Amino acid sequence: MDKNISFTLKVWRQRGPKEKGQFVSYPMTDIPTDTSFLEMLDILNEQLINKGEEPIVFDHDCREGICGMCSLYINGHAHGPATGATTCQLYMRRFKDGDVITVEPWRSAGFPIIRDLMVDRSAYDKIMQAGGYTSVNTGGVPDANSIPISKEKADLAMDAASCIGCGACVAACKNGSAMLFVSAKVSQLALLPQGQVEAARRAKAMIAKMDELGFGNCTNTRACEAECPKCVSISNIARLNREFICAKLKD
Amino acid sequence: MWLIDSSIGRKVVMSVTGSALIFFLAFHGAMNFVALISEDGYNAICEFLGANWYALVGTIGLAALIAIHFIYAFILEVRNVRAVGGLKRYSRKERPAGVEWAAQNMLVLGIIVILGLVLHLTDFWSKMQFQEIMGSTATVEGLGQVSPTDGAALIGYFFGKTHIAILYLVWLAAIWFHLSHGFWSAMQTLGWNNAKWLCRWQVIGKIVVTIIIAMFALVVIGFWCKAHCC
Repeated sequence: MDKNISFTLKVWRQRGPKEKGQFVSYPMTDIPTDTSFLEMLDILNEQLINKGEEPIVFDHDCREGICGMCSLYINGHAHGPATGATTCQLYMRRFKDGDVITVEPWRSAGFPIIRDLMVDRSAYDKIMQAGGYTSVNTGGVPDANSIPISKEKADLAMDAASCIGCGACVAACKNGSAMLFVSAKVSQLALLPQGQVEAARRAKAMIAKMDELGFGNCTNTRACEAECPKCVSISNIARLNREFICAKLKD
Repeated sequence: MWLIDSSIGRKVVMSVTGSALIFFLAFHGAMNFVALISEDGYNAICEFLGANWYALVGTIGLAALIAIHFIYAFILEVRNVRAVGGLKRYSRKERPAGVEWAAQNMLVLGIIVILGLVLHLTDFWSKMQFQEIMGSTATVEGLGQVSPTDGAALIGYFFGKTHIAILYLVWLAAIWFHLSHGFWSAMQTLGWNNAKWLCRWQVIGKIVVTIIIAMFALVVIGFWCKAHCC
């Protein structure tokens, strides 16, 4: 049965990228447990606006777990305590009455804070621009199944393609490594015949861009996989390593 | 050079040097284990290796492997700390389910391993191969002059001391944790992994590493028992 809970929200407030930030506590009373986490933040923001204070800035868009915009680090977990779910899919029933809920932005040199809980994740777009595509002139729409692809490969490619580019992997990684994201984007193409033509160039270009943007080195802690809202597997990282090492050895 | 300036390249260097060091430990452990079966047999191995050219080449190679592994570990750590924007990151951080403690503390474990190595080189190497290179013999308090090839006497002397035996067991435990992650992590970095093999490598790694460390630990425990129970 749904009930109402009261708790303290400890939120990171920072006016701008160069400003010094700090935690601010907000008491929240009588919040129904079937409220989503983002709806709860909306309630708080409405209260702040009514009091004439600045609302908390946070990223959100589809609110159904597919756009990859919401990006909160809640109680020590990227996207909060739920597994296989984004922040927008997190509900207040996960918390208890009297809790202190700590909300922080993704913290990584590759994702600088814009304001409060909003970070700049355009680094991921730059990595995609470096090689996360197929530059094949496709012409007209080909017939279905004109290029045979095994079910196993198609499934793995689809699993890799489930990455929504939210940045939770970087936020959860103690090294700030973007390898899970890059490996998913490399794998979704490298597994398919259409993507294999440029596989070597793609792996090299995307890794070079990832390194240039200041992301860390993967040490296989598996925190990315554990916190990924789409449960993308680190077997993709092994594939990326394979692609990259083979490409470099061929050079 | 991709082994220096790319993130995957640097990890490949860590994997290859780490794997080579695991191989070395397997040989070292097997040779130590002989001491439990026959002390004369162990001394024969010490004599066979000694300061002969092949043992010296091996020692230099080993020192290079350790140095590269150690230096790269610090380069990676500095880069990783920079990538997360400093040492203080989140005010609250919880270890997600499925993340090994060892995986997140490889550098600390590595530093413990290096400190233990200093103790080990002082206790044994400096009194064995080093003395042979210098053409002298070491004098150990309580043992007198020890021949550089009388490894069994040194083992019996040092592991007979309870505090040294405990230090070695703690050191071996740190190596076990370091290797239990390092083994499968090396395979993953080299790309020899997939969803099926991930669990297999983890299990194979734990078995291999446990056997290697058990060979070392049994020698420590065995010689401590010989000194105190026989």
